[in-house]
Amino acid sequence: MTDPRFVLAALAIPFAGIVLMTLARHRPDVREAMTFGAAAMLFFVVASLAPAVLAGERPAITLFEMLPGLPVAFTVEPLGWLFAAVASSLWVVSTPYTIAYLRGNGEANQTRFFACFAASIGAAIGIAFAGNLLTLFLFYEMLTLVTYPLVTHHGTDEARRAGRVYLGLLIGTSVVFFLPALIITSLLAGTLDFRPGGILGGRVGPAGAGLLLALFMFGIGKAALMPFHRWLPTAMVAPAPVSALLHAVAVVKAGVFCVVKVIVYVFGVDALAALGGAGWLTLVAGFTLIAASAVALRAQNLKRRLAYSTVSQLAYVTMAASLLTPAAVMGAALHLVAHAFGKITLFFAAGSLYTAAHKTEVGELDGIGRAMPWTMGAFAVGALSMIGLPPMAGFVSKWYILTGAMAVEHWIAVGVIAASTLLNAAYFLPIVFRAFFVAPPAGEAPGHEAPAAMVIAQVLTAAACVALFLFPGFAIAFAKSLAGG
Amino acid sequence: MLSQHFPILLVALPLIAAPLIVLGRSGFLGWIASLAVTGAATLMAGALLAKTTAAGTISYAVGSWPPPWGIEYRVDAANALVALLVSAVALVAMPYARRSVSAEIGQDRQYLFYALLMLCLSGLLGMTLTGDAFNLFVFLEISSLSTYVLIALGRDRRALTAAYQYLILGTTGATLYVIGVGMLYLATGTLNLADMAARLPDVSDTRPGVAGLAFITAGIGLKFALFPLHAWLPGAYTYAPSVVSAFLAATATKVSAYVLMRLYFSVYGVDAVFRDMPLGPVLAVLSVAALFVASAAAIVQRDLKRLLAYSSVAQMGYITLGISLGSATGLAAAVAHLVNHGVTKGALFLLAGGIALRAGGTGLERVAGLGRTMPLTAFAFVVGGLSLIGIPGTAGFASKWALVSAAIGDGQWWVAAAVLLSSLLAVAYVWRFVECAYFRDPPQDAPAPGEAPADMTGPALALTAAVVAGGLLAAPVLEASARAAAALMGLAR
Repeated sequence: MTDPRFVLAALAIPFAGIVLMTLARHRPDVREAMTFGAAAMLFFVVASLAPAVLAGERPAITLFEMLPGLPVAFTVEPLGWLFAAVASSLWVVSTPYTIAYLRGNGEANQTRFFACFAASIGAAIGIAFAGNLLTLFLFYEMLTLVTYPLVTHHGTDEARRAGRVYLGLLIGTSVVFFLPALIITSLLAGTLDFRPGGILGGRVGPAGAGLLLALFMFGIGKAALMPFHRWLPTAMVAPAPVSALLHAVAVVKAGVFCVVKVIVYVFGVDALAALGGAGWLTLVAGFTLIAASAVALRAQNLKRRLAYSTVSQLAYVTMAASLLTPAAVMGAALHLVAHAFGKITLFFAAGSLYTAAHKTEVGELDGIGRAMPWTMGAFAVGALSMIGLPPMAGFVSKWYILTGAMAVEHWIAVGVIAASTLLNAAYFLPIVFRAFFVAPPAGEAPGHEAPAAMVIAQVLTAAACVALFLFPGFAIAFAKSLAGG
Repeated sequence: MLSQHFPILLVALPLIAAPLIVLGRSGFLGWIASLAVTGAATLMAGALLAKTTAAGTISYAVGSWPPPWGIEYRVDAANALVALLVSAVALVAMPYARRSVSAEIGQDRQYLFYALLMLCLSGLLGMTLTGDAFNLFVFLEISSLSTYVLIALGRDRRALTAAYQYLILGTTGATLYVIGVGMLYLATGTLNLADMAARLPDVSDTRPGVAGLAFITAGIGLKFALFPLHAWLPGAYTYAPSVVSAFLAATATKVSAYVLMRLYFSVYGVDAVFRDMPLGPVLAVLSVAALFVASAAAIVQRDLKRLLAYSSVAQMGYITLGISLGSATGLAAAVAHLVNHGVTKGALFLLAGGIALRAGGTGLERVAGLGRTMPLTAFAFVVGGLSLIGIPGTAGFASKWALVSAAIGDGQWWVAAAVLLSSLLAVAYVWRFVECAYFRDPPQDAPAPGEAPADMTGPALALTAAVVAGGLLAAPVLEASARAAAALMGLAR
């Protein structure tokens, strides 16, 4: 038996880190050592839970009763472990990158930045390990609030406006849709626990299930389902490490994580398939997928293009989950992991380009690969993974999603995946082409590579993209355990 | 046994303390006496709540004259809870009062302040605990008259107009109430509330019965700023001394709302108020209007205390919305929000008092840069603000959850939707503070960075901590509220 206190330790580490960082706020080196130490410890604790979860154990702990009959409780199940592992491992990798980025760009208020960053990871872990919807909602809202100071970090008017959109859409959707969905669920089921097979079985009809699902799906604004996706591109005003770890990994993955979790553990895949309440979701997600890709195609700002690519990739996960077949649910879980590694690589590269060459627009990247081969090499790997080509992680997850779509003969979904693959190629490959095969503009001074810490981080995540293709067994084992196969 | 006299002692102690403080003529002695009285009151109220939870309703015959001839004090799970809220908030405000009052009120008048505060406390506790309609009127007047003077003690000269406006409207309210009680006396021949409740079913549809309910609703509605009878509230809360704003915002309107619950659910009964008369829809429409109009008004205010005051009008709307559902769950949600919002608003007004002291005012331009100059206060204010919005982990979330559950459970979908949508307006007014405090530079003449003195910041942070505790451990409050609702509806033992 795993000691359930490990679960609490995972939650406590980021917050303990905040206390230590704040105490060491006048000594940057110590403060940053604390951040790194917290990240490493968190990863270690999460990793140590893996064997037990794979063996079918579900370490659980109930803390206290928040509302009558609805406690704050945590349970580690396969999907939550995958999400926690992704978030904590990438926190470790991104910490040296973040330190180098903040120093390289002379950012202010670094202690606040690191503290909010750690709190965001803590909230993400809370979401990952939440044992019921109420606990999940508690940390979901917390994640919104602690990332707000990061989005508005620069304190400019633009940042403040972005903060309004960010908060307005995320808090707005969660209060107006997500919260009533929770309350209705608790009135119907008498519980909010996550249970294999769902908790709503037999308590709701087809129309009711469709409506409740809609409340959940649009309420989880972090999954960026259209039309509530605009907060994500707006949040790109934040410093690159925030875009990388939070708006490619922790926050958006928390969104699609909630989507999968609700479909698998609240509705139940088979129960929802029997009711037929999720057909519309496949279409909305498919539309989001294509429309966001089309916007990305036209975006000239690199981070904006990446942001719309994220909106589209998140829709992959939602669409896969909505197909309600074991293979597609596995694909959803795997895509959550694959996209995290691919997209953080792309954002790391974007941050490197900004730090080393102060480039933010796609049009400025002609020939940059000659000065920054590592950065653009990593970018190319991430891009190929987004498109879903072997030997990258994105291929594995797309394979499962496609298998799942074909299993239910959902030809619209199959068509959407095919079309989006072409669109992905159309907006990523020209960047790689420009960087390596177009001559730099005449008269421009030869550039240099980004600081070593940043280069190492993006090479590591790029290597992970390849490794997940070569050795997918571990992640697949978790996904299979989620899909009940 | 002394404990059996707690119901009367709770009211008598501050009532006796008031003239003694006047005789003492010393601000310091007045403060000591007030501290002792509020401490004793909190203990007694806590004991009463524990006793009613364990053993049901307590009836106390004042002067041993048995009811309905004598005045009866009747304590159950509902008013014991309200009494505990009132005395506990008063107790927390006391350490804060010493320095805040010294800063805002002249040395020679401080003892009068404490005497008036004790009178006000006695009035509020009397309204809460009494089981007699006319006795209730007497305490209503005691609390109101002392409140008028307390508001007028504010530093700003506009406090005088605010107090005068409240005097006119408050007296109107009290008069309407006493006319209503007169009608009830006419119809039932008794002033004892329990007695009245037994006789009303036969006469509640007569003209005096109906008119009495209308007068009482309007009169009490004025006292707790039922929209659109709220005109007195923003001025009164804005210009009163800091402690008074906090104390009144946390308790005065809440006690009046409790009185309305008592008269609706215990005296008239659900059938008379919500089935025979259309007060459910009337209250619901007024409440929803409050949610949106007052919240929108809060967004455009340029003074922090005024912003909080408009927010109070809106938040009272949640309480009346819970009442308007006419169900046990709705009433429980109303009671829960009464407690949770009382604590939240108390914390916010105490923090605002600290800001007033340090930054030299509560205008939003004085609040600019507060995140840097008073980081702890600013952070606590944000936490209180999150409770106004209803973010999980704060007390406001628990009562909003209860209210939306009740509305959906009763099939009132539009009420649930109104509650949720109005939360977005709360986000907007809370974020006015956030953007001022964190995105703007402090004004040129801002004092050096630093929090308010510890004896002011401490109580404010203690109440803020209670807001968070009330959010994470909301089950006991919600269960106590459910018991209170059962007691109000006569469903309890």
